[in-house]
Amino acid sequence: MHIKHILNALCAFTFWKIFFYADSISTNKKTMNKKANVVQLEEVTIRFSGDSGDGMQLTGTLFSNASALFGNDLSTFPDYPAEIRAPQGTVAGVSGFQVKFGHKVVNTPGDYCDVLVAMNPAALRANAKWIKKGGSVIYDADSFTEKNIAKAGYTTLDPVTELGIQEYNIIPAPITSLTKEAVKGMGMDNKSILRSKNMFALGVVCYVFNRPLSYTEEYLKEKFKKKPAVIEANKKVLSAGFNYADTIEALTPTYEVAPAEITKGKYRNMNGNTATAWGLLAAAEKAKLPLFIGSYPITPATEILQELSKRKDLGVKSFQAEDEIAGICTAIGASFAGNFAVTTTSGPGLALKSEALGLAVITELPLVIVNVQRGGPSTGLPTKTEQSDLMQALYGRNGESPIPVIAASSPSDCFDYAFKAGKLAVEHMTPVILLTDGFLANGSEPWRIPSMSEYPEIKAPIAKEGTENWMPYARDEEKLARTWAFPGTPGLEHRVGGLEKDKLKGNVSHDPMNHQEMTEIRDAKVSRIADFIPELDIVGEENSDILIVGWGGTKGHLLTAVNELREEGKNVSLAHFNYINPLPKNVEEVLKGHKRIVVCELNLGQFANYLTMHFPNFKFEQYNKVQGLPFTVMELKDHFTKLLEEK
Amino acid sequence: MSENQVKYTAKDFKSDQEVRWCPGCGDHAILTAIQRALPQLAYNKERYAFISGIGCSSRFPYYMNTYGFHGIHGRASAIASGTKTANPELSVWQITGDGDAMAIGGNHFIHAIRRNIDINIMLFNNEIYGLTKGQYSPTSEFGAVTKTSPFGTVEHPFHPGELVIGAQGKFFARSFDGNIKLSTQIFEEASRHDGTSVVEILQNCVIYNDKTHAAILDKENRDDRTIVLEHGKPMIFGKNRDKGLVLDGLKLKIVTIGENGITEDDILVHDAEESNPGLHMMLVNMQYPEYPVAFGIIRKVKAATYDDQVVEQIETIQAESKIKNVDDLLNSGATWDVE
Repeated sequence: MHIKHILNALCAFTFWKIFFYADSISTNKKTMNKKANVVQLEEVTIRFSGDSGDGMQLTGTLFSNASALFGNDLSTFPDYPAEIRAPQGTVAGVSGFQVKFGHKVVNTPGDYCDVLVAMNPAALRANAKWIKKGGSVIYDADSFTEKNIAKAGYTTLDPVTELGIQEYNIIPAPITSLTKEAVKGMGMDNKSILRSKNMFALGVVCYVFNRPLSYTEEYLKEKFKKKPAVIEANKKVLSAGFNYADTIEALTPTYEVAPAEITKGKYRNMNGNTATAWGLLAAAEKAKLPLFIGSYPITPATEILQELSKRKDLGVKSFQAEDEIAGICTAIGASFAGNFAVTTTSGPGLALKSEALGLAVITELPLVIVNVQRGGPSTGLPTKTEQSDLMQALYGRNGESPIPVIAASSPSDCFDYAFKAGKLAVEHMTPVILLTDGFLANGSEPWRIPSMSEYPEIKAPIAKEGTENWMPYARDEEKLARTWAFPGTPGLEHRVGGLEKDKLKGNVSHDPMNHQEMTEIRDAKVSRIADFIPELDIVGEENSDILIVGWGGTKGHLLTAVNELREEGKNVSLAHFNYINPLPKNVEEVLKGHKRIVVCELNLGQFANYLTMHFPNFKFEQYNKVQGLPFTVMELKDHFTKLLEEK
Repeated sequence: MSENQVKYTAKDFKSDQEVRWCPGCGDHAILTAIQRALPQLAYNKERYAFISGIGCSSRFPYYMNTYGFHGIHGRASAIASGTKTANPELSVWQITGDGDAMAIGGNHFIHAIRRNIDINIMLFNNEIYGLTKGQYSPTSEFGAVTKTSPFGTVEHPFHPGELVIGAQGKFFARSFDGNIKLSTQIFEEASRHDGTSVVEILQNCVIYNDKTHAAILDKENRDDRTIVLEHGKPMIFGKNRDKGLVLDGLKLKIVTIGENGITEDDILVHDAEESNPGLHMMLVNMQYPEYPVAFGIIRKVKAATYDDQVVEQIETIQAESKIKNVDDLLNSGATWDVE
């Protein structure tokens, strides 16, 4: 068995471990020269919040990118409403973006924030529960009018006291009026002025955390290339925020999070959906096949279709279909024609694709189906994260219809798992479902850019012209994969389809024994993939007091919780799954020898039930959450600590 | 598209599978017509892909010795669109019925047409669900008594031609199972047309909807109750070739040559290539007994195809872009070095 002990390697989360520096570090001349007192922090979590039209996602992204360029490790998580512009000033319309950046490895975007930026009373009300005790709140004092306070649903005119955060470091900044002041005389209309308020907030936060403004300035230059006036106005507002923070004393000392010590190399910021799209491109390149994507826009998967649509330069054929069914059916048609075909969706879309998935199973054509999970059932919580499509992915089809299912576990490893999904699909001639989720899709982290030379070839079992006695359903003995004959190849004309096939020739067959045999072969073909996937790793001891089990997008939180508990001397271990069907071959060995096993997932226990079915001799306890939100490290630690105290 | 042409006969396109349609089913004749049409075309056999949905007609690909895909109900247009887009070098044929294309597959059908993907859609219209044994379809006439409408339907039928033109269709033709010669000609033309071509073939279901088209197609009356349109020729029909179509205000009107001073010169001349769909819409909608039912190529208009434009766009972008492979992509945009 192949067990990795990762002892304290990815450690800890130190809440506000503060080291005072007498001098500053030379990162930004503009800021540093002026500052005498800089506090060095291990890590910081900031949450930007405002109306969904306030540009908080952009503000958060710009701050994150500036931090990444500065060399911090980080992790981000946007939290936005399903409505594009919900009623202004209401709690329902609040959009948030959280980023945690650190001097060490950062695995989650943080449970609670050190600093909350709130652009209106509703944003403060919606997010007060996410502020660390004693944290800082910077809010736009101009927006705290009687009317807005009432709109946000407060019962008094003193939101801060009403929320019980009066002891926190509260900084009411007149953001709106100072923004107006900054661009006075520049000929901006009122609407444009209000839209640049977010730059003021960004300027403030950049000052407090010693982030250079240059990244944002470059961004503005690029974004508004054709509108120099807009560039100037936004830059002015940004500087105004920066200078405001410098002027007021409430924000001294300023803080700094030194660059993280991370593996050498070239880095970029990566979010889950882009990583998925690029991983699919990588698979197409390694398989030497053109990529075809047939998809229909659906939150939170749409960006994969958008990203691949941009890649005409890499020969991508992107087909925005009339519906989810056409999305997968065009992909199946493209796979029949010899393309590397993919379709991308989220839960309700996967439901619509079910029948066609069966068609891909019985025709044994390669196809990658990406399901970016969101809260369900039905339309559910489109913009929120959940892991509740596992059973649908495994079993949501008519007939015996086995499909390999794999799951990504961090925004950037979506690249690797998309690649692996493609490799399995093509080499084993089967549809493969890749599960990601809203948290991974929209979350981002720095990613060391790999070279494609680090990735293996993908060998498509293409039937060659002139093959003697070629038969469409003859198989290789190792994988049980059939060969793939592209239309256009002389001499290999054949028919495939949704009716049961003769086991060799592929002609329609209603023969009872043939059906039994074909059903078993399709099942065995998927089971044999276990010989081609890595074994399951364990973090921690083989004989722990609690083996924590997770799968997919919860890895960052589970790993952080386990590492912190281990730092505290507790004997807990983690087994995190990326391969769900088939399961890795060593699962039983990993499960043995622990006092308790707790399966943690963002559903009501789908993976726990799946494991119980496969390993009935083990007792799987459950820890479940279905709030449309990721786990918090704190709640995980509390729960495990309680379990450890039980005797 | 022409290539080093192998000389084929109809036999080369017959597969080794036993044809299992009911004896007397109109599908047999349509199969024969397609197998006769293909040797006239410029493609080598391996370039053909026949793609179908579900229904009696959708068994068609099994009987063709070409590449074939028997899909799922209603989805043939989508599968065929994917196949053609993935490999525009193929000659892609969709075989479908009135239920498959216009009920469960209506969405895919209209969008394939709207995109003008270069596929040939052969729509077998027998106005009934045959494979499920006799329920009304979207083309069953109003009041049709079937197993699921024992007291007559209260639904208005689709007219395929109207739907095709409404979806911006550029090629629509109509034939019927009994006229193999006309069908063969139309199939050849449909294949040569760049873009989505829809051919409606009135087809008889001997078991569940026998003689549904008999009122117009019985040999006795056929010449008087149908008109075969030919591009550039006057719209004349009738046993004695003495009836014709003229425009009367905003409507078509039947006139008799030699009566009321009408001569052949007064008769409308068919222009299948006119892009304005007005007259074509009137022609596809002609119903017996008010009008003769139109056959032949009713509309055939040139327009850019989806599959060609996809290729052109890729070629244009590839010539301009600095990103030539995945490594280039991964290293593009904002990056930083950790040393």
